[in-house]
Formats: sequence, structure tokens, C-alpha cells
Amino acid sequence: MSALGDTSTSGRIDVRKTYKLYIGGAFPRSESGRSYRVTSSKGAFLANASLASRKDARDAVIAARKAFGGWSARTAYNRGQVVYRIAELLEGRRAQFVEEVQLSEGLSKSKATDAVSVAVDRLVWYAGWADKIAQVLGTSNPIAGPYFNFSVPEPTGVVAVVAPEDSSLLGLVSVVAPAIVTGNTVVVVTSYSRPLPAITLSEVLATSDVPGGVVNLLTGSAAEIAPWLASHMDVNALDLAGVQDPELSAALEGEAAENLKRVRRPGGSDWKADPGIDAMTSFLEIKTVWHPIGI
Amino acid sequence: METGQDVEGEPATSATSAMFDYAPAPESRSIVDIASSYGLFVNGEFVDPTGGKSFKTINPATEEVLAEVSEASEEDVDRAVKSARVAYTRVWSKMSGRERSKYLYRIARILQERSRELAVLESLDNGKPIRESRDVDVPLVAAYFFYYAGWADKLEYAGFGTGTPQPLGVAAQVIPWNFPLLMLSWKIAPALAAGNTVVLKPAETTSLTALLFAEICQQADLPPGVVNIVTGAGATGRTLVSHGDVDKVAFTGSTDVGRQIAKSVAGTSKKVTLELGGKAANIVFDDAPIDQAVEGVVNGIFFNQGHVCCAGSRLLVQESLADDFLARLKRRMATLRVGDPLDKNTDIGAINSSEQLAKIRELSGVGEAEGAGRWAPPCDLPDKGFWFPPTIFTGVTAAHRIAREEIFGPVLSVISFRTPAEAVEKANNTPFGLSAGVWTDKGSRILWMANQLRAGVVWANTFNKFDPTSPFGGYKESGYGREGGRHGLEAYVR
Repeated sequence: MSALGDTSTSGRIDVRKTYKLYIGGAFPRSESGRSYRVTSSKGAFLANASLASRKDARDAVIAARKAFGGWSARTAYNRGQVVYRIAELLEGRRAQFVEEVQLSEGLSKSKATDAVSVAVDRLVWYAGWADKIAQVLGTSNPIAGPYFNFSVPEPTGVVAVVAPEDSSLLGLVSVVAPAIVTGNTVVVVTSYSRPLPAITLSEVLATSDVPGGVVNLLTGSAAEIAPWLASHMDVNALDLAGVQDPELSAALEGEAAENLKRVRRPGGSDWKADPGIDAMTSFLEIKTVWHPIGI
Repeated sequence: METGQDVEGEPATSATSAMFDYAPAPESRSIVDIASSYGLFVNGEFVDPTGGKSFKTINPATEEVLAEVSEASEEDVDRAVKSARVAYTRVWSKMSGRERSKYLYRIARILQERSRELAVLESLDNGKPIRESRDVDVPLVAAYFFYYAGWADKLEYAGFGTGTPQPLGVAAQVIPWNFPLLMLSWKIAPALAAGNTVVLKPAETTSLTALLFAEICQQADLPPGVVNIVTGAGATGRTLVSHGDVDKVAFTGSTDVGRQIAKSVAGTSKKVTLELGGKAANIVFDDAPIDQAVEGVVNGIFFNQGHVCCAGSRLLVQESLADDFLARLKRRMATLRVGDPLDKNTDIGAINSSEQLAKIRELSGVGEAEGAGRWAPPCDLPDKGFWFPPTIFTGVTAAHRIAREEIFGPVLSVISFRTPAEAVEKANNTPFGLSAGVWTDKGSRILWMANQLRAGVVWANTFNKFDPTSPFGGYKESGYGREGGRHGLEAYVR
């Protein structure tokens, strides 16, 4: 490897990493056997990443569905701690992430450091939402009659996410954290041209307390894989954050209509800005429960 | 409890003998003046459709023609949207929330004042029993306007993140025929409160109360163009929701049409809420208060002839209770009065249209063909009009079409279960997720079930209750977004 990790001066041959997918808590290669060349922003070879296929996307949906029951049933307190733990581990690997972000995005070291810092802080911010979002979105409803009535948010289910193409770590964290902290599970198509921070994030996730299947990361082409996710009948929602082509975005939204997926359309690209709560509320359902009051 | 024994074996016959004879008690229809024809309500006035086309609306209980209703053309829809845009830009979005709220309060009051007229007209045009239009639909309509009126000047306190919520602009709203005026109120009240203007298309078979509502807007001196009503069928609705100058689409109706709408808005910036079909499980445990549960199941599926998206159309009854429960249910069904919607004693009115009746008949036929046991109490149906007796199917499995598809009529599929976990699995085994019912005396089980059921509304020891403060809407293919309550407001702001 030419640039990444090649910091030794001793002439030692370094041990290169194989970059794989992250599905159901495991690191498989693409079942298709395909890979693609990942370069730095300057065009230097960085790695061969797995090129995920339709079958990989389907496997990832199965893993996400399987994980949904357990993850959504965790207490909000517990989910908050698990997401906070991701922040802790990401912090511990700052140097590696800074280097990868720097190479992938062509940023100066200080700008890459800043992006990683904001990503860690964003995880901390979302972690804290786990046990507060229900209090902000939930209501007790004053029915005109003898009924006790309350509304609570619940996770939508399996969310397919097209991660931002440019912001390889901060953008990714900013779409994954809000979806999972509320109890959803995700299948993410990572940045095609800048997948390395996502792959390293999968190593963080694997060693954190996030159960396998809650986050599934597919390196590959959104134009190739996302249509299969958008039309998958066991996917409940679609985040188009990283889709830059308006035609692809419209086509994916159209596919998603088949089973009435909740669709979050592409938004702004300023990932440092205050994210608001929209990324969470887009993938929450409101459940209202009634019961009579009587003796 | 002993009566349950009496009816075992031959519930229908013994139950029929318990039916009281009531003299007819019809509500007078003279309170309503129905014009022979209606224009479109655009920019505060009734105008003739540009294409000059119209269609007849009939009383489904008699097949008598009530009026000619205009069919809005593409040009008419465009004019209505333009009128809404102008009213939005020049008047409504500039008006303070406090002033907007006073218009909505005015409308709520006029709805109350003219409630009897509205109820009779609704029953005439829709076929629903006057008891329901008078006691449920119309009071709720006024309540929704009253509730959202109060939000108009309090939007910044609604808790939708930081900053004052802003209206979206022009809302295109398409509503169904099962609760014509109530669905109108669910759409128009929150839209106007948040500062949007609207173009609403009522269902083609039930336009009349929406047109009477237009007159109420005139009486309230609502600024022209804030509310526009365009009548017509599916083509008019498609034209409206796909119009390039609408910012918001709100639809209540079938999942198929909802899908088409979701496809048609793909790639636009239109905000969408869809309230679609359902196949709700009404789950009765063996410790339930049985007589109340029987009433709840009857109300769940036979209210409004079963023309209810959240109807409890699948009865899941615990196996140990099934025989006793079914016997009681049949006995109760035999006392339901099917007939003249304007008769105050009527429980089940007319099916809204011949098309809907054909669909109910077809799916019921499929139920029989697939091997489910069909039962309906003996009941005399009027010669004219569209009628279907309250019907249950027993021995239904998850594979049967009547267990999977929305029938939208007075037809109940009965399925049994043994354990709570099995009940949950069966209840959730549907692409829909609008509502569910749970009947049990055990508090912890109610809350556990409420947690497990993937549905937007869970009625525990009650069913089919509605209130303006209570959010309503579905999971999965029952649509997205909520109507009612603080959450319903969110659909109309950004």
C-alpha cells in the first residue's frame, strides 16, 4: 500500500488489510467476488474494496430484519449507552480516522481532525437522544371522554441508507446514528469513492456493543445496489442522503412507493451544521394507545 | 352469562325471536335543501366547470338521484390551485395566527349550528345511519375545527424543533367516501391552522357535504381562495395531486391509490401524508370482559357498514373462549337493524355504492370458495339500494384472501389463537398496520400487547374511538404521517 499506514522507516514490509463488507456482525467478501480500486483524492492507490452486489444487499436486509426485534426492544437507556460506546471507540481510533479522512477527502490534517471530532461529538449528541426523544415526541392526549390516551414514537424498522458520497465519516455517522439510536436497524451503501472510513467504522462497530445486524455496511455503487434496497419489500424506509443524481433519487423514491417506504429525500451537504431532529423523526412511527377509565 | 348457553347450536333462530319490533323513526330530510346541481367552489364562489361536465350523486339507500355534481377538468383544478396560491401569498400566510384561529372557531361554531342539516345530508349521500352521522361524524367535525383553531396562534409552542414552524403553501387534499365530512375536517382544519391554503377533492359519490361546507366557509367570511373544493372522480384527484404548484399532498383512501400518489410525487419537493387501508386484528383473550368485548367487536366491524380503514376486520379470539364468544357474537349480530339510514333505530345503513357492494360480494364469495364458513343473521334487506348483511367467516386462516385483503364492508374474519405470542404474530402478519384492538382484564398484558402490535392506533378494551387530540395513522403499508393532535399539525408545517 502506497500511502495508508506506510509510516515505517525501517524498511519493514507492512501487513496490508483486506477491506470487506460488514453484514450481520461479520466481515464477508462480496458474494460476487468483485472488488474495486479505491484511490486517494490525488489518485494514489489505497485499497481494493469489496464491490457489493444485489445478493449482498439482500443478505444485509435479512441481517437487519433479524436484529430489529432485539435492538428495538432494548431499553432506551441501553441504546444510548451503546451509541455512546461507539463514540468512545471512535475517539480511541482518532489517528487512524484522521489519516483515512485526510487521504479520502483530500483535506488538510486540521480539517480532517475537525471532521473526525465533529463525528465523535455527533455520536455523543445522538446517544443522549435515546431516552429523550420519546419525551419530546410523545404526548398524553386529553380525550373528550373517559379514556386514557397516549402517543409514543417507535422505530420504523429496517432503514436502507445511501450514505453521503463526499463526507466519508461525518456524513456517514450523521445518517447512521439517528436511525439506530431510536431502535431502527440499517443497511448502508457507503461512499463509493471514499469507503475506507466506513470500513474502519465497521471495525469499531464490531468491537463495540452494537449487536450484529444493527448496522450493515456495503461498499459499492449506490446506482447499482440502492434500487434493490429501494424495491425490497422487507425494507421499511429509505434515506437518500447521499444520492446526488436527481434522476436516481426520483427513481429510488418511486421504487420505494411500492410498499410505502418512508423516504427521506436528499438534503443539504453541510454535515457540520446542527442536524436538528429530522433525521430521527423521519424514521419513527407514532403509536397511540387508548384505554377506558372506569372503576 | 346464562344466555350464552341458550343460543348454543342455533344462535340465529333463538336470537331472532328476541328482536324487538320498532316502529319506523325516520329523521326528516326536509331540513336540507339540496340543489339540483352544484358548481365547483373556487376563490370563494361556486363556478361552473369549464368542461361543462357533471355527474349524478345518488342516495345509496334508494338509488334516487340527489343532485348533479360538477366534474372538475384540468383547467378547473389549475384555477383552484391558482386561487389557493394567491390566497396563500396575499392573505392567509400574512395573517396572524390569532386572526386565522378566529376564522376556524367561526367555522366550528357554524358546523355546530348546522349540525342537524349536515348529519341528514351526510346520511342521504353516504348511506350511513343517522345515529352515526348525528352522534359521531358531525360532532367530531366541529371538534376537529375547534381543536386546530386553537393551534393557529400557538405553533411556536408545538415543539417541532427550534424556530417557529412555517406553513408549506398550497395543500392538495383528496378524501374518501366513508367519512366525507369528517375526513374533510381532518384535512382542512390543521392545514388552515398552520397557515396553508387548500384545494380539496371529495370522493365522487359523496360530494354534497363538502359543498355544504363550502357554503359554511362563505358564511364565515373566510377569505376567498383559502378553501377551494373541486369535485370529480379519480382523474380529477390525479390532476390535483400531480399539479406542479402544490406543496403538500394529503390523501386518505386505498393503499393502491396511495402507492400511485407516492410514485407521482417522487422526485418533487412535495410533502406527503397518506392514510391508507387496514386489516386490523381485534384480539380477545379469555379473561376479557366478554359482553363488552362482543360490543367492541360488533362496533369494530359493523360501525359505518365496515367502511372504515381501521375496522377490526379480523377477530382473533383465544381458542378456549372461541365457541362461547362466537355464540354471543352471533346472538348480538342478529339484533342489528339493517335498513333506512335516516331511521334513528338503524344500526347498519346502506353500502355506499354498487361498485363497493360488488367488491364486498366478490370477496365474500372468495371466502366461501376458499373454504371458510359463512354466516349472517336472517335479515330483510330493502329492495332498492345497496345492502349487505352483517357477515362473519369462521375457520379463516392467514392464507385466505379475506384474512389478507381489505374488504371495506360488514364482513368479519374469525381466527383463533392459543398464546399471546401467537396472537401478536397473527395480528402483525399483514402488510397493513393501521390499528388493532386488545380485550383483556390484565393490565400488564394490555401494555405488552400494545408494545408488540405494529399498528398506529391500539384500542385496548375499546375500539373505533376518535378524538381531535389523538393522533391517527398507520405503520407499514397503511401509510405515513399522522392526523389529529399535535402530530397532525406537523404534517402541515416545515
